[in-house]
Amino acid sequence: MAVTAGADALTAAEPPAGEGVTLDVRDLRMRYGTNDVLDGVSFTAQRGEVLALLGPNGAGKTTTIEILEGFRMRSGGQVAVLGADPATGDERWRARLGVVLQSWRDHSRWQVRELLAHLGSFYAPYSTERIRRPWDVDELIEAVGLTVHAGKKVGQLSGGQRRRVDVAIGIVGRPEVLFLDEPTAGFDPAARREFHDLVHRLADLDDTTILLTTHDLDEAEKLADRILILAGGRIIASGSADELSRRISIDAEVRWSRDGQRFVHSTSTATAFVRELFAQHGEDIADLEVRRASLEDTYMALVREFESGRADRAARAFEEVAAG
Amino acid sequence: MSPSVRPLLQAARSGLSRGRIELRQGFTHAETLWGYLFPTVVLLVVMFFLRGAKVPGTDFSLGAQTLPSTLGMTVAFGGLVSVASILTVEREDGTLLRAKATPNGMFGYLISKIILVAGMTMISVALLLVPGIFLFDGLMLNSLSAWLTLAWVLLLGMVATMPIGAVFGSLLSNPRNLGLIMLPIMGLIATSGIFYPITALPGWLQGLAQVFPIYWLGLGTRSALLPDAMAAVEIGDSWRHLETVLALGGWAVLGLALAPVVLRRMARRESGSSVAARREKALQRVT
Repeated sequence: MAVTAGADALTAAEPPAGEGVTLDVRDLRMRYGTNDVLDGVSFTAQRGEVLALLGPNGAGKTTTIEILEGFRMRSGGQVAVLGADPATGDERWRARLGVVLQSWRDHSRWQVRELLAHLGSFYAPYSTERIRRPWDVDELIEAVGLTVHAGKKVGQLSGGQRRRVDVAIGIVGRPEVLFLDEPTAGFDPAARREFHDLVHRLADLDDTTILLTTHDLDEAEKLADRILILAGGRIIASGSADELSRRISIDAEVRWSRDGQRFVHSTSTATAFVRELFAQHGEDIADLEVRRASLEDTYMALVREFESGRADRAARAFEEVAAG
Repeated sequence: MSPSVRPLLQAARSGLSRGRIELRQGFTHAETLWGYLFPTVVLLVVMFFLRGAKVPGTDFSLGAQTLPSTLGMTVAFGGLVSVASILTVEREDGTLLRAKATPNGMFGYLISKIILVAGMTMISVALLLVPGIFLFDGLMLNSLSAWLTLAWVLLLGMVATMPIGAVFGSLLSNPRNLGLIMLPIMGLIATSGIFYPITALPGWLQGLAQVFPIYWLGLGTRSALLPDAMAAVEIGDSWRHLETVLALGGWAVLGLALAPVVLRRMARRESGSSVAARREKALQRVT
């Protein structure tokens, strides 16, 4: 009895650690005039989960993320971020979010260290037993790989370095939910790799829920526990990269050479095909290569399938109108 | 301390330090330094050449009479134009959106801008006043009441103009439109008795000028630093302190009532995509 009461008091002070739904989006709708940008988007995310939102330009990725950030009003549906409606979220709620914005030329006269210390100071009153806010500035600068540039002015940094500052600003308050809109635009491969390590660290060690949009399918595959594909204002597929590629049957590609001649064959049963190949030709087979469908293949197939489906529906609607 | 007050106090402290940091950054920024020095030098040179001319009907130097007026004008210009231009520039470059993404960040941001603009205004006032003391005779610098009057006029002037400047800054869609408020303000300065006694102007222009804070700011700073006899060239032969307080106070009340509403409306519309859209537009103009 006493234990239950104690647990309740703890819940009131701060949400329980461990498992828990941090993002809960149901039937989200966004309409501009007569144009439905979002037409019933639903998904959830658990504490510590990394979600990647993929989709063609104009699919509504940024709109979705801005509604969740509380920067944009929705037309319909239910949204809960850390248990609160972003449309009415207060500053205490805001302190538990991280938003990585796109930079342009803001704060160009500020030194990196000075800026992070300044923005971090706003989070200090929201420090809790479990989460110490803000992030120690020097540790943060090291975590994003800016130690040698800490004393430089933001305006003197290269594009990739500026982007690291944006990421650092996004996480300076040790967010429980982090939104990243195309975080690695302008990163070189090394910076990209370091950023991926940072995201893993945030999700695994700090239990941060991360929702990111990207056009880099490799990145989505490496980072995300779950991939959501948004097209035409709906989520047309969701799952891990593996689950997605299993959902849609794309042939694997088998390449080999025999007697100096190269061969390519597409098959949905690659293992059986290769077994057959060896049974027939044995030692003659060389340079064998089996390429499973990549996330890119899966993504393209899903989007194409969706678009042709929409074309079919449009054609049917047209026929109905023509017949009627 | 109540749990909801501590974050606001922290944001106020952060805002103060932000204001100080940005004020300091101005001293190593060529454009800002130019903004301090250029108008000061031009005004001092103009007043220097006016020092031989007399205020009509008196034998008081027109240059010495203009110096206090320019202090009032500096306050009005800082409050109206600097605030508006900072808001539009920082809305376009995404600074405001960052403040919005930070808990109590907008509150801290506003505090910082009040500190920054007040600090810049005081620097500009000092840059005019200190050389002016050595260049002109006849100013009332030895009485405590002169300095006290100057202090309340400058303070009330800032409170009267900064919120109105914030309203302008929120309504202008981008920094290229600043001219829309610059031109009318220049016109008002010309007709507000800053560079020449307002009593020399036609009655309807005098009436118009008295609606706006620039005239009252100039009158207030003149009343602080000029000998009482100089009130003879003012409207009603008086420094009209009560009317000055009422006029500037009225603008302050109006501004403080309007600014929060307009600022909140502007802030609500800020999002990553609105900043991105403005960036696209601005870049199209560059190329």
